[in-house]
Amino acid sequence: MIRFTVNAKTRTFSGPPFKRLIDVLREDFGLTGTKEGCSEGECGACSVLIDGKPVNSCLIPVCQINGAKIETVESLGVPEKLHPLQDSFLREGGTQCGICTPGMLMSAVAYLRAGGDASPEAIREQLAGNLCRCTGYQQIVDSVARALGTKPKTGSKAK
Amino acid sequence: MKVLTPRDERDALRLYRRNPDAFPLAGGTDLMVLWNAGLLNKKTILDLSGLRDWSRIRETPKGVWIGALATHAEIRTHPAIRERFPLLVDSCRTVGGRQIQNRGTLGGNIANASPAGDTFPALAVYAALVHTVSDNDRRVMPIDEIFAGVKKTHLKAGELIEGVELQTPPNPPSRWRFRKVGTRAAQAISKTVFAGQLWLGKDKVVDDVKLALGSVAPTVKRLRHVETHLTGRALDGKTIESALRLLPGDIHPIDDIRSTREYRLQVSRNLIRSFLMGR
Repeated sequence: MIRFTVNAKTRTFSGPPFKRLIDVLREDFGLTGTKEGCSEGECGACSVLIDGKPVNSCLIPVCQINGAKIETVESLGVPEKLHPLQDSFLREGGTQCGICTPGMLMSAVAYLRAGGDASPEAIREQLAGNLCRCTGYQQIVDSVARALGTKPKTGSKAK
Repeated sequence: MKVLTPRDERDALRLYRRNPDAFPLAGGTDLMVLWNAGLLNKKTILDLSGLRDWSRIRETPKGVWIGALATHAEIRTHPAIRERFPLLVDSCRTVGGRQIQNRGTLGGNIANASPAGDTFPALAVYAALVHTVSDNDRRVMPIDEIFAGVKKTHLKAGELIEGVELQTPPNPPSRWRFRKVGTRAAQAISKTVFAGQLWLGKDKVVDDVKLALGSVAPTVKRLRHVETHLTGRALDGKTIESALRLLPGDIHPIDDIRSTREYRLQVSRNLIRSFLMGR
């Protein structure tokens, strides 16, 4: 049996050891906020945090997470009380179709916690493993910059 | 699908000897892509994640030891590697994105033996030594000799990569550079990837030079002809151009879905020229 925590709640799993983390989260625990895009580690839509670090949950067999601390997008905010990143994504128009958003948020939250640099170049490097096919990235970079306390100079004017 | 989960090195080597067809699993960033594509059904997996000692990075009297299971993120942020092996840091930064760097391991990357492995040119110019271990043997191979071809290594049945040894050069180079040419800085597979170190002496004479390219041959290539021509000569435009004419003897680029032979050759020349000219 594999034991780990998901969003601070202790969980156990005794199914197939090679079931992917994304499938365990979505199918076994009903945490469907984590999305599957490419299934090959290119798009980052399935990003979650393991022990605070962003990873692609489509590339992790559940047998490798014994004792780990998993965080998914469900751990961030609720509609009544958004996480500052969720609030800034709304204000800056950082979301269109929304498929990449949970992964973007998880990459960004790790960056915020690490006290990330607010320069667009540094934000872009941090988010390089997350692809978005809608926004052209500028609004996403602006959203993260806003959450870091920097008022963006460019991008969407949606406020 | 059967998963073997050794607790330590001895256990792992014993299990691998008994199951020589097993697929070793490190960070999973390549192997899980095969699994997701249905190519590992009914195979045996040897999950190495229980071998905690193998993820250690430590300073040695001569340089740095990088355990096979150290991730690209751990390598990229390690103080001794940042100080002494900057090309390896720069190359780890371009491997996938943060998510891949947090899981993908150096040993896994080497064992996967992609011609486009981004860290390989950096490891090649540092003359990295790959240490392998099996139930009854230990071996050491230079990085540019461990690869047998596209996605093939000289690892034997039951043999695992234990770690990589880097030796600090006696003098720091006058100049060093890592360059990746792809459609995008992150995630993209390289069209050409370059690493170089140059030691200049009096009157701009080349005391030593180490150059390597990836994605332009079945395996990473040290540019021995070009290096030999440059060494001992004053580094001027004429020397650089005559050295570059020897490049086709060192690399064998091909046409494929990512690029053409001609493009790769031209970009390789441009990368070397701009490095040597200090641009």
